[in-house]
Amino acid sequence: MNNVVVVGASLAGFRAVEELRHQGYDGAITVIGAEPHLPYDRPPLSKQILSGSWETDRLPLTPIGKDVADLDVSWRLGVAASGLDLGARQVDLADGSHVSFDALVIACGAGVRTLPGQPELAGLHTLRTLDDCLALRADLDATPRRVVVVGAGFIGAEVAATARQRGLDVTLLEALATPLQRALGDAMGAVCADIHRDHGIDLRLSTGVDGFDDDGHGRLTGIRLSDGTTIEADVAVVGVGVAPNTGWLEGSGLTIDNGVVCDETCLAAPDVVAAGDIARWPNGLFDEVMRVEHWENAQEQGAHVARRLLGQLDAYRPVPWFWSDQYDRKIQLAGRSSADDEVQVVDGSIEERRFVALYGRAGRLVGVLGMNRPRPVMEYRQLIAAGTSWQDALAR
Amino acid sequence: MRVVVDFDLCESNALCMQAAPEVFEVRDDDFLYVLQDNPPEELRSKVEEAVRRCPKQAISLED
Repeated sequence: MNNVVVVGASLAGFRAVEELRHQGYDGAITVIGAEPHLPYDRPPLSKQILSGSWETDRLPLTPIGKDVADLDVSWRLGVAASGLDLGARQVDLADGSHVSFDALVIACGAGVRTLPGQPELAGLHTLRTLDDCLALRADLDATPRRVVVVGAGFIGAEVAATARQRGLDVTLLEALATPLQRALGDAMGAVCADIHRDHGIDLRLSTGVDGFDDDGHGRLTGIRLSDGTTIEADVAVVGVGVAPNTGWLEGSGLTIDNGVVCDETCLAAPDVVAAGDIARWPNGLFDEVMRVEHWENAQEQGAHVARRLLGQLDAYRPVPWFWSDQYDRKIQLAGRSSADDEVQVVDGSIEERRFVALYGRAGRLVGVLGMNRPRPVMEYRQLIAAGTSWQDALAR
Repeated sequence: MRVVVDFDLCESNALCMQAAPEVFEVRDDDFLYVLQDNPPEELRSKVEEAVRRCPKQAISLED
């Protein structure tokens, strides 16, 4: 192996490159990135960058004790991959050029979903990239009368919190009866709903979007709701999730099913691995073929696939973990909680908004949710990794 | 090797503690404590892992 191509210039791809070099690989590396930017960190886009407390010079990802230049990468930025020829070992790019490889890392992540029929309007945003963030921030800087956030998932919740903390009036719409219902269940979702209301958010549950009004010149003026009412707004952000960027891989021979399907080591085909939001693999720890859209997974899986290409055959069996900062609360979730699990608060109290809740399924501890309680979340995360029973977890 | 934590950035996510418990401890008060400012060289790979894992990029190493 002396010619590695990485498709995707965000965290997973960056970490794959860093780990390849760290492990002593000294062959060629080419990184293809659809965005024009060198790798940067995305979590601050819905928080510190959007609020204006950080400038963009805080974002670049850098290897420990080194500069990005030390990684000796050939960057192909601002051009997306458009096709893959596994037989010829070649990636086609959107500008008509081709890049050949003898090993390939697929780490091009996911792209935002939009609502059916969602128009292109000034003032109507999605948030995934740095450019998205700066466009939204410019609109928030102009002090809109009202900001509407569509979708009370983690990104929507963070955007709503950030806009509110900037002193703006915010309406947060959620199609389901509880925010984060599928991930956290009704009881814990209701806690998240209360936190938004406590901070003066106009939270509307079980409310969908029927359409968007404009001024006839391409600028958003309002959002029509499923209950028949209309909210006037100059700025709206649609945060209804992401979908893996697999379009360029159709017909390549790889198995595509809600992501690039890999084996338990994250190998998708001989000398082809996938990592980050786009990878779907059987995680033996949970008996589940999963795809994980978290920051930490991009980082860990990126490093894992680099070692895989270098011949290490370990299965990838993480306990997924992520955090979300909303107002002055830090929410952390580890494992695979779902709405049907048993839920038990084992530490702190919901009233104080400082607690730990465990999720149990089929006699096993499968998830832990913490609000402003990071230490026990990490301890329970280790218990999840150890396959601890539900009874033993509760007895601690 | 000297460990430097920017406590203005640190949010006690405790990933560093998982990577290098000999050096980093988030206690029950949910604040991070650095147990060794100058950890021995044999802990370098663990400490570097902690630096990488920090979601806030709040940890740095000075040689």
